[in-house]
Amino acid sequence: MSATLEVLASGALATIQDLGRVGWRRYGVPSAGALDPALLRLANALVGQAEGAAAIEFFVAGPTLKAVDEPVQLGFAGDFPVTLQRANGERKQLDAWRSLTLQPGESVRIGTPRGARAGVVAVRGLSVAAVLGSAATYTRARLGGLGGRALQAGDKLVADSLPVHDGAAPVERQLPRPPAADGRAIRVVPGPQADHFDAEGLEAFYSAEYRVSADADRMGVRLQGPALVHNAKGAEVVSDATVPGSIQVPGNGQPIVLLADGQTAGGYAKIATVISVDLPRLAQAPVGASIRFEPVTVAQAETLAREREADVRRWLATIEPLATDGDIDLAAIYAANLVSGMIDALG
Amino acid sequence: MSARLLDAGDGAVTIEFGDRIAPELVARVRALDQVVEAARSRGELPGVVETMPTFRSLTVLYDPLQTTRALLDPALSVLLRQAEQVPPTAGRRWRLPVCYGGEFGADLAEVASATGLSPDEVVRLHAGCEVSVCMIGFMPGFPFMGDLPAALDMPRRREPRLRVPAGSVAITGRLTAIYPWQSPGGWQLIGRCPVPLFDAAAPTPSLLAPGDRVRFEAVTPQRLADLEAAIAAGALTSTAWLESGA
Repeated sequence: MSATLEVLASGALATIQDLGRVGWRRYGVPSAGALDPALLRLANALVGQAEGAAAIEFFVAGPTLKAVDEPVQLGFAGDFPVTLQRANGERKQLDAWRSLTLQPGESVRIGTPRGARAGVVAVRGLSVAAVLGSAATYTRARLGGLGGRALQAGDKLVADSLPVHDGAAPVERQLPRPPAADGRAIRVVPGPQADHFDAEGLEAFYSAEYRVSADADRMGVRLQGPALVHNAKGAEVVSDATVPGSIQVPGNGQPIVLLADGQTAGGYAKIATVISVDLPRLAQAPVGASIRFEPVTVAQAETLAREREADVRRWLATIEPLATDGDIDLAAIYAANLVSGMIDALG
Repeated sequence: MSARLLDAGDGAVTIEFGDRIAPELVARVRALDQVVEAARSRGELPGVVETMPTFRSLTVLYDPLQTTRALLDPALSVLLRQAEQVPPTAGRRWRLPVCYGGEFGADLAEVASATGLSPDEVVRLHAGCEVSVCMIGFMPGFPFMGDLPAALDMPRRREPRLRVPAGSVAITGRLTAIYPWQSPGGWQLIGRCPVPLFDAAAPTPSLLAPGDRVRFEAVTPQRLADLEAAIAAGALTSTAWLESGA
């Protein structure tokens, strides 16, 4: 049995993503996948499914989704408002970082993320065919997702029916302490072509303030700031591999940071590479946001990657049952038990 | 011969052999790629997730949760020395049909006047040489092939096109390529090839691979239309274009 989730409004660049496809760069296929893998993992955990399952990622404004024929459980990861509209038209404002089961006829409107650009909505049991090992949408080559394109109004997503537990409502979950916003500099590893810049050029790069231009999507982010000057080696190189995080500096001196959908090779000198821990933050920086870069070593970046993974695992472990409206307030009961237990112990 | 290990963040390292387009660099990249892939298949490079061969370098992508450069670099140095003893295996040979000029090669006349050749001579030179695939990149299945005869050396268009039709055969410098998808592009368009270069459902999604050799065969617009129809109907599979090879 399956449930249908209809897209009533598409939002902005809402696509199906997972953790990306690995192993195909040699054929020119970028990884695609969630711009912020932690959001995808948390959203899926909120609906109690595998962290890497396919989910909906959106940019700027979220989609409006309606359960058509059966209940559908959604999980919201990101700092954005959620408006539930019941079948009778009644509306209710909710915060993200929780799950919510839509009953048939109910819809949910996902708002605009605060201070960031992306959010993820997990759909429990979402069924999307894998292409080259992944459901991730790569629109440029029409791979993955829903026909290789962004969601459109009228699309119908298919999810497995929710498991039935003696007629009880599905367990809803929440992340009580969401990850805090981080305003620090974006850390980068210098290279592979930092030698196309003199010391002054590199110093300019690490001291300048850049702004996120409107020319930013899943492929890359163009930054605006003081123009960087190449040395005699120039702005162009014989094409070599680019990776998510590569910072290309073309002849106009304005950096371009490649993201999950970025091309696999490029002919511009790459001054540095954004480290994996900070790339999601840069990818989500709103248009006009101010960016600074700070150099770190490869070993430091690798350590930070392992520390971030430990943080994500901690966040995942804190996901807990959520008391739902009209039900007994489970959280309050847990708290009361804990308090009375302590009082008893103090005796 | 020397190679440099270049930092590419905390998930990739680039082993660079040179900064030019040259057959000997492409061969060294392929040799190292094959040695690295063989080591991976023996389970010797835990944490390495994929490799990306280019004209002049091999980029090794790794998972920083599973390995580190401190572990990886010595292993890669050993494989580099191994690769210098092993010539890369021979690629496959292909013959691809191309309808030159007219609506399919909008820049043929400009290429002819810029190179001082007649359009027919441009076609004869392009269809008369054998090129090898240096790398696949830029977009899925896009083959960078060289070297073309020096007489065809052309800069990119001053104004890149916003829309290059899928199947366009293009040249720039001593390189030629076929656009697998409609996309923006700055190369000079001289013809159209009906053969699909990328099929996500195929075991190897890209028709061509580095090291493959390609010849082009000039066909008429009628033949192009017939081939396109036959391919659309599923009557012609990719092996129809294979001349020899594994």
